[in-house]
Amino acid sequence: MSSLYDEVTPTPPSDVPTRRVTIDVNGEPRTVDVEPRLLLAHLLRQGLKMTGTHTGCDTTNCGACTVLFDGRPIKSCTMLAVQADGHSVETVEGLASASELHPIQEGFKQEHGLHCGFCTPGMMLAAKALLEENPNPTEDEVRWALSGNLCRCTGYQNIVKSVLWAAEKMRAESN
Amino acid sequence: MYPSRFGYEAPKSIEEAIGYLTAGAGEAKILAGGQSLVPMLKLRFAAPEMLVDINSIPGLDYINIGADGSIRIGALVRHEDIERSEELKTAQPTLAAAAHLVADPIVRTRGTFVGSVCHADPQGDWAAAMTALGGHIVVQGPKGKREIAMKDFVLGPFQNALAFNEIAIEAVIPAPQGTPVGSYLKLERRVGDFATASVAVALNIQGGNVVRAGIALAGVGGRTIDATEAASVLVGKPLSEDSILAAAEAVAAAAEPRTDHRGSSDYKRQIVKTFVSRILTGIANSEQKVA
Ligand SMILES: Cc1cc2nc3c(=O)[nH]c(=O)nc-3n(C[C@H](O)[C@H](O)[C@H](O)COP(=O)(O)OP(=O)(O)OC[C@H]3O[C@@H](n4cnc5c(N)ncnc54)[C@H](O)[C@@H]3O)c2cc1C
Ligand code: FES
Ligand code: FES
Repeated sequence: MSSLYDEVTPTPPSDVPTRRVTIDVNGEPRTVDVEPRLLLAHLLRQGLKMTGTHTGCDTTNCGACTVLFDGRPIKSCTMLAVQADGHSVETVEGLASASELHPIQEGFKQEHGLHCGFCTPGMMLAAKALLEENPNPTEDEVRWALSGNLCRCTGYQNIVKSVLWAAEKMRAESN
Repeated sequence: MYPSRFGYEAPKSIEEAIGYLTAGAGEAKILAGGQSLVPMLKLRFAAPEMLVDINSIPGLDYINIGADGSIRIGALVRHEDIERSEELKTAQPTLAAAAHLVADPIVRTRGTFVGSVCHADPQGDWAAAMTALGGHIVVQGPKGKREIAMKDFVLGPFQNALAFNEIAIEAVIPAPQGTPVGSYLKLERRVGDFATASVAVALNIQGGNVVRAGIALAGVGGRTIDATEAASVLVGKPLSEDSILAAAEAVAAAAEPRTDHRGSSDYKRQIVKTFVSRILTGIANSEQKVA
């Protein structure tokens, strides 16, 4: 069975107009042919087989699909893949190095910042954008920065603690 | 969910973009922040043949504050840019107060101020703020530029006054007479929700007197409500308990709220009245401190 995504990437049928785009994904240039209507979230998940980016609501509400676009958080279900041409995208797969978790990931582990984990990739990227600008946020600032990301499990308490844990660790590391 | 098929162009100049719109003969649409349009494409509420993405056009992301206090906001200024602008905090308190209440922090990194006004959502925060401020939109088409006052720009729900081959290139807030003061209050059920009711207040104060009073409402009618006439009771005198009460009552009467899942119409009207008097009382108190 062929779906929209199989059609558009990696080899779309010849009768569908596509565009060749090159997107820097987690530091690696990826060149793909995409149909203009393909959403960035779907390119990542189906086209590039990077399923760390989740789609929850698919209606721009939940933030599960959050990635960093040129360093700022965006909802990847609400951007066309063609729009990312020439830009950089960072997904949850880009957080950990080969041997070590990112401090934000470690924080979620230490402080039990996830239950089912569905919202977690989006939460972590929104948190990364915050901590890059504000290494020492207050609890309120963390809550505010994550207010575009919904979690149905944790009640947010431990997510906030996780981010504050990560902030502390990152500050200690940079000293 | 995915949109129906469309062509896509990302022009590098306004003129080129207008060319695509003209060639599209009404079937092409501008894509700015995409935070309203992309969801609509996915739900297939919109199915244009062509999207003209203006995000690659250089030089449209400016916030210019003139020596006279007038403000020009380019078409690619994001909600977040308004929220983060230190200059606007003093130059334009109504905008500064609204910025962090629009959508959620992630939507704000993409959605544009001008795109939001173009979208003409009756619950849109920026259209209400621009209306209260007596602003206008500069649009460009094949024959050049023209200005459209906010009161003529929003024609109805999700309808603006642009011709099919015109682009809104900037939003302009005229120079204040005296000191611009004001604020924005919004009742929302949670972050990212549209307004149950919002009130934008933009006053100019000179020599202790209110010389201009603009008030507009979002979420309490089938379009942005311009309550400037109701606010005229404030003009020509200092703010007082009496004038504040009179304005709050007149503005609440100008609202056209409907009962829905966000609340009853009486409740929303009461919120409008409370917000108007809360903002004006806040201004009166801080004016006294200054004096
Ligand atoms: C979860 C969520 C919550 C939201 N909450 C709020 C809220 O609380 N308050 C609020 O006000 N908004 C809210 N919004 C809407 C948001 O502010 C949008 O960013 C805004 O309405 C549209 O701006 P945009 O730049 O994203 O425009 P787009 O989505 O790109 O375009 C919207 C429309 O305007 C047209 N257009 C855009 N720019 C131009 C231009 N320069 N010239 C001519 N036409 C143009 C497009 O063709 C399209 O028809 C919310 C959106 C989401 C997804
Ligand atoms: S899946 Fe994108 S916001 Fe929910
Ligand atoms: S952990 Fe389940 S949604 Fe957040």
